[in-house]
Amino acid sequence: MELITLIITSVMLASALAVLLLKDFLSALAAFSAVSLALSVLFVLLQAPDVAMTEAAIGAGLSSVLFALALRKLGIWRSGE
Amino acid sequence: MEMGVILFMAAIGLMLIGIAGIVFPSHLIRIIFGIALLEAGANLLLLLSSFKEGAAAPIMLETGFPQNMADPVPQALVLTAIVIGVGILALALILALRVQAAYGTLDMRQVRQRMERDIAKQAGISMPSSIQAPRPITTHGADDE
Amino acid sequence: MRKATSAIFLLGLGILIAAIYQQLTFYGSGVNIGQAINGMAANQVGTANIVTSVVLAYRGLDTLVELSILFTAATAGGMLLGRRKPTAQPDTNGGFVLRAGADLFFPLLLVVGIYIIVHGHLTPGGGFQGGVILASAFFVPMLARPGHQLDQRWIALVEGLAGASFIFIGLLAMIGGQAFLSTLFGKGELGELFSAGSLPLLYTAVGLKVGAELAGLLAHLSDAEALD
Repeated sequence: MELITLIITSVMLASALAVLLLKDFLSALAAFSAVSLALSVLFVLLQAPDVAMTEAAIGAGLSSVLFALALRKLGIWRSGE
Repeated sequence: MEMGVILFMAAIGLMLIGIAGIVFPSHLIRIIFGIALLEAGANLLLLLSSFKEGAAAPIMLETGFPQNMADPVPQALVLTAIVIGVGILALALILALRVQAAYGTLDMRQVRQRMERDIAKQAGISMPSSIQAPRPITTHGADDE
Repeated sequence: MRKATSAIFLLGLGILIAAIYQQLTFYGSGVNIGQAINGMAANQVGTANIVTSVVLAYRGLDTLVELSILFTAATAGGMLLGRRKPTAQPDTNGGFVLRAGADLFFPLLLVVGIYIIVHGHLTPGGGFQGGVILASAFFVPMLARPGHQLDQRWIALVEGLAGASFIFIGLLAMIGGQAFLSTLFGKGELGELFSAGSLPLLYTAVGLKVGAELAGLLAHLSDAEALD
């Protein structure tokens, strides 16, 4: 159990660093979805299935869609920054 | 390392990355990413107080309720906190859209400069500058030949 | 200079939080109300999912305030967005795969969302999770056919009615002389679908309100002018 927690924690922290360091916004959005996914798995390991379902539906679903729509309206969807 | 220490450091690390994402970048969308990461880290930190060693989820199984159940109160709090977080994120992104429409850029340094210029123009005063800025050379005192 | 001071600030914050960690008892921060609720929830409220009983029965006022916060955020966002100019050219439809997939996904997501909402007091789930799935169920066909937007008046009507019915069910409990938002209709069998009093009705109202709000917000955001 500690090994699984350690692996998922390191995936989450590496993706969180990637959100800030990647130049392209599309890649940063994908890394943000990975952070949400790893976080919901951690919630399951903490014996909180309600919270895990909410985080999976909202973090990986609605948050990413909101970011994608906003990036498209801003016109920086394709180009990096 | 036991599980509690790993999870605690994960929550602290996520919060610190989120705060670094608010303080360091200059593009507004990266700052909003930092806000979302900070919120995720804070929710994880709050949920850590509901876990016990060898606990089970607080839901009834086929055989009745488990003996040692996790604390349901922080789970209910984090549930509503996540939903509020997505509402805040939506409002922040729409405000970013309006900033782009008003100032033409999302780089916060240029937005701050243009805001200062607009405020100074509205109030009728000159823009704030430092005392040691070099004064422009005027030519009307130099031609005395 | 600013970046150097920010780095020192972050380091100091990390050290401070680690120092606080040394003082706290880690699991179970000393608040014993969770254990009391675990023991009493089955008899008092009658749900199989104890987190549902905390969200709706023991801390129902928090849920009401959270609904109003979400309403404020969605309404403020809707007010800030501009409307698309009528002379703007319409977006093109998606390809065949997107359209066929959206037609297949819509009833599937609808059924899954309603299932999760209605079984919120028996299994993990509830109004918030199911509401988000319902919002995505109404958003996927809009991705495939951007010309056919959702009617904003129906969304506003559903949202208003759901929010009003939440408060109305809570007020009904006051007629019987009990406190605001206590459970009605008795408890029923533990583990049956029609159990736990008025809690499934409350969660249905919450799910419809959250779903309608988020669907309206997504529709408005995808319909606003594209700035380039």
